Amino acid sequence: MSSTKFILGLFDDPDDMMHGIEKLQKNSVPIYDVYTPMPIHGIEAKLGIKESRLGYAAFCFGCLGATVIFSILYYTLVHDWPMDIGGKPNFAMPNFVPFTFEWTILFTAFGMTFTFFAATHLFPGRAPRVMDLRATDDRFVIAIDAKGNIPHDDITNLLKEAGAVEVKHNDRKYVSYE
Amino acid sequence: MKTHNSFDEKFEFEGTAKTGSLIALAIGLVAIVAGFLMGGDHVQRMFSNLLLMSYYFVCVCTCGVFFLSYQYVAQAGWSASLIRVPQAFAKVLPIASILLLVVVSAGLFTQHEVIHEGKKHMVPYLYASWATHGLTVVGSENYNAVIAGKAPFLTVGFFYGVLVAFLAAYSYFGYALTKCSTDEDTEGGMRNYNKSFALACTFLVIFGFTFPIFAFGTIMSLEAHWFSTMFGWYNLAAMHVSGVAIMALTIILLRKKGYMQWVTSDHLHDFGKLIFGFSIFWTYVWFAQFFLTWYANIPEESVYFYKRWEPEYKFWFWLNIAMNFLAPLLLLMSRDAKRLTNRMMWTCILLIAGHWLDYYLMIMPGTVVEKRGFAVEEIGTFVAFAGLFTFLMLTQLSKFKSLIPKKHPFLQESLHHHI
Repeated sequence: MSSTKFILGLFDDPDDMMHGIEKLQKNSVPIYDVYTPMPIHGIEAKLGIKESRLGYAAFCFGCLGATVIFSILYYTLVHDWPMDIGGKPNFAMPNFVPFTFEWTILFTAFGMTFTFFAATHLFPGRAPRVMDLRATDDRFVIAIDAKGNIPHDDITNLLKEAGAVEVKHNDRKYVSYE
Repeated sequence: MKTHNSFDEKFEFEGTAKTGSLIALAIGLVAIVAGFLMGGDHVQRMFSNLLLMSYYFVCVCTCGVFFLSYQYVAQAGWSASLIRVPQAFAKVLPIASILLLVVVSAGLFTQHEVIHEGKKHMVPYLYASWATHGLTVVGSENYNAVIAGKAPFLTVGFFYGVLVAFLAAYSYFGYALTKCSTDEDTEGGMRNYNKSFALACTFLVIFGFTFPIFAFGTIMSLEAHWFSTMFGWYNLAAMHVSGVAIMALTIILLRKKGYMQWVTSDHLHDFGKLIFGFSIFWTYVWFAQFFLTWYANIPEESVYFYKRWEPEYKFWFWLNIAMNFLAPLLLLMSRDAKRLTNRMMWTCILLIAGHWLDYYLMIMPGTVVEKRGFAVEEIGTFVAFAGLFTFLMLTQLSKFKSLIPKKHPFLQESLHHHI
């Protein structure tokens, strides 16, 4: 049994890579993921990637931020230590609007950033997971899970035909850290 | 889906659009005349409504020039294929400007008698708070020190000078930007695009500094005792949201008629983002103006909101926020919503009505005060101007040799726009 875990097709041209994706799909070879140095239009639709759920996370964090600051304001300014400021009522709604607005945005922004970091394993200090280092430089990489996708030579040929400049049979999933 | 677009597609102004807009104009004119004939308080209401709609009309056409300019300055690609619509808006601006000047002059120079604190005064229908005779003359029984202090700005000469100069400048830039684009179609090359860029930069600088003054003069001076530096930006936001909403609505309706098939849900998405974002901006400026006034609670400032908080206006005050903030916030928040043609269409219609109400609340409490109403006068004037705008704008649109700027350098980017 081969020890290959992942097959990587490296392309030097995004159009060739898109062609490669089509070829693999035509031959019913499931694609694990595609790594490119730059965003490519229409690739999500082609790979059938589900729409990001980051927006829902953002909405929840926004609601959380609004609730947190509203509670703090209510507790401090209305419940615990009411003060007469300019003759306004203690529970003066317009006063609360700027804070609530700012905290909603603050929580949304930070929440979205941290959700994105968590989802992509991009915490500072953590070695990034990269399947091929040149995918961040000048190579467009199609990754195929080797398990169950046999024969490997056929896949290699498909990628080569599509214009891959190099096909790698890797024994490890990630090459970027020990 | 059509994969090939004809670059020679031309808009034919005919059929229901033409008869519909002319019928609307006719019905509206009858309502306007009827309003004046009813006499009494109705005359004041008619003047206020005419000012409202002609200001709205000018703002929408100015928004065409504004939209064109910032697209050129940003070197935006997405809008290149639909730029004919804002160009048609811009080309109507001279007529809209003349109409505004006529309405303003009629209101300024037609006097009527009012009884104020038991005394009879002759005051003009519009701008009575600064244009009444003797307000700035020391020793006159009408003398008012506050207004006298603002006399350099609030005089008929300066008022007209500002109005004519600004509207002429905006109209010129609208004309020049459109001409560059149509010349580009015949000449090709980058010369016209570069010229458009320079024109657009110049316009935006002039526009940024002058639009607030335009709003101060035309609308804020109806209540000349009160002032707010936020008012100009507040009006800019209202003008931009309503203008872009009308632009999007025009494009959606043109598409439904079979024109501009190259405009996709991606372009609509961009319009949705502009409308959504600037509705939030409108709310931000609206609230900033309200909040500072409320917090400081200085009588001469608070009176503005006090009037709008009276029972006659309170419902409309809240409805204004519901229509212009809550509705676009909830209707257009998600990505998918901005890509639904019908959702966009109805939101645009709602916002067009919403910003009518916004202008209503700027004007009416300062002119008709407690004699406000929402009946034939309001609806009739709106219908007349809607018909007039549709007729003039579509006439201008039909004059373009093609609905697509064939030689626009970003045309291909726009045709393949994908987000």
